[in-house]
Amino acid sequence: MELKVKSQGGCASSGCGSSADRLAHLPEAIRAKIDNHPCFSEDAHHHYARMHVAVAPACNIQCHYCNRKYDCSNESRPGVVSELLTPDQAVKKVLAVAANIPQMTVLGIAGPGDPLANPERTLETFRQLSEKAPDIRLCVSTNGLALPGLVDEICKHNIEHVTITINCVDPDVGAKIYPWIFWNNRRIKGRKAAEILIAQQQKGLEMLVERGVLVKVNSVLIPGVNDAHLKEVSRIVKEKGAFLHNVMPLIAEPEHGTFYGLMGQRGPTNEELQTLQDACAGDMAMMRHCRQCRADAVGMLGEDRGHEFTLDKIEAMEIDYEAAMARRAQIHAEIEANRAAQRKQTGEAFVSLASLKRQVPKKAETRPVLMAVATAGSGVVNQHFGHAREFLVYEASATDVRFIGARKVDLYCSGGDTCGDAETTLQKIIRTLSGCEVVLCSKIGYEPWGQLEAAGIVPNGEHAMEPIEDAVAAVYREMLAAGQLEPTLAPEQRMSA
Amino acid sequence: MAFKIIDSCVNCWACEPLCPSQAILAAKPHFVIDAKKCTECEGDFAEPQCASICPIEGAILDASGLAVNPPGSLTGIPPERLAAARAEIRAR
Repeated sequence: MELKVKSQGGCASSGCGSSADRLAHLPEAIRAKIDNHPCFSEDAHHHYARMHVAVAPACNIQCHYCNRKYDCSNESRPGVVSELLTPDQAVKKVLAVAANIPQMTVLGIAGPGDPLANPERTLETFRQLSEKAPDIRLCVSTNGLALPGLVDEICKHNIEHVTITINCVDPDVGAKIYPWIFWNNRRIKGRKAAEILIAQQQKGLEMLVERGVLVKVNSVLIPGVNDAHLKEVSRIVKEKGAFLHNVMPLIAEPEHGTFYGLMGQRGPTNEELQTLQDACAGDMAMMRHCRQCRADAVGMLGEDRGHEFTLDKIEAMEIDYEAAMARRAQIHAEIEANRAAQRKQTGEAFVSLASLKRQVPKKAETRPVLMAVATAGSGVVNQHFGHAREFLVYEASATDVRFIGARKVDLYCSGGDTCGDAETTLQKIIRTLSGCEVVLCSKIGYEPWGQLEAAGIVPNGEHAMEPIEDAVAAVYREMLAAGQLEPTLAPEQRMSA
Repeated sequence: MAFKIIDSCVNCWACEPLCPSQAILAAKPHFVIDAKKCTECEGDFAEPQCASICPIEGAILDASGLAVNPPGSLTGIPPERLAAARAEIRAR
């Protein structure tokens, strides 16, 4: 059995979207562009933050997972915002956030409509920022309908990353996802609409790749609609040069008022999502750490500090961006030093795991184990169980530790108990962590400890402040030593992940 | 002959740049159509532009006061399903 000893840069887990292995097909210059991008690099998302500015309210298509009544402060999902900004307000907000959250490296425009259906507002924001904040990476996401006509404008404004949401390449599938598009001054419905949208998406993808712009493809996994089809989408977009594929679970609840939510279309289970991501992973790098954030999110992935930067608050802020840039550069250097140190440490941990493996009889396969981790960032186990709003799930196996995905545990809608069933928060967390055998955190209370253990999830507070992957590997070693990794369970365990 | 935007408008700006008569104003609390300027796009487009991109059913009325995009026509959600879901959510 060959054991991985990491010596290259990037994320230490071989399954991670950003590890040097997974992105090995990319030239060094491109890898440099994503190294501090929290959305494109799994490792970077432990250290760097992002923000979206909501300057783009209009949309040129309708998706069945979207409700265009987008203003809700209690919801967290794409397409939802609290206040719409003009380009000038957006630029001021970006500078304010950059000065106050120096880890913020990336500004994206993602809605709440389609950024390219609002070309003046979107491009004006980018134009000003490329001048005023050259140390911030700019990205845009789009449904692709208006993309071919705007590719040259996008290139002009220093936009390094474009995300296209491509849910299908087959118009018959598309007709079940998109009820209409607005095209050439007409509303077009049904299969024909999907046909035009798909053609525009594919053309836009090709044009961007030709011009050297990095393209990530987002797909929403809709069980029974495009689940079987997404492998083909993955294969085609990689062939055309997209560098990362992000398959996201459908979010559909009746209270969102979307077609899918109201018609009873369910979202995928964690298992279905992971199975599909694994199936696509053979074809290209998969992103697994997406948090499906709001079109006005601010902060680290999984957190939202938007309320600190509302219009009235930023109006009152005086920003000296020259000074801020100097401070940001210093903090980025500190983060990079920290990351380098972690890589070194993790490399050593894997060597020790390797040496341990040699004691295992050659033919005995140990089964993989899923572990949930509570982290507040920086790539270490550093969060109290009770404070975690999400858990990162890792799979430890005899050969490596790989990142599987993030699972949110706070109430999706913060409307509270009035919104739904009487299930307690702890019960919900336990259900969310199904398939995990261990939960790593800095500390945990007595009450949840007992309930977790009763549910077959062992809490572990022994590895506080250790790099996540070291900690996961260490616990796996402990389980191995305790004889808990007998191979007989392997296939079922993998499926129940 | 003029269209009208009513209070279910979500202020998404989609219609405003499309109007060939510059009849749409970004007013508060919602966008409005200047009835004196609106031509219902006659002579400019085969279909009225604002109502062809508007994502909200019922937000734009024609001269006779009828919704240009009636309930269910854009989202595909049957109105009775929507009403039932709202009742369920309220009942919780």
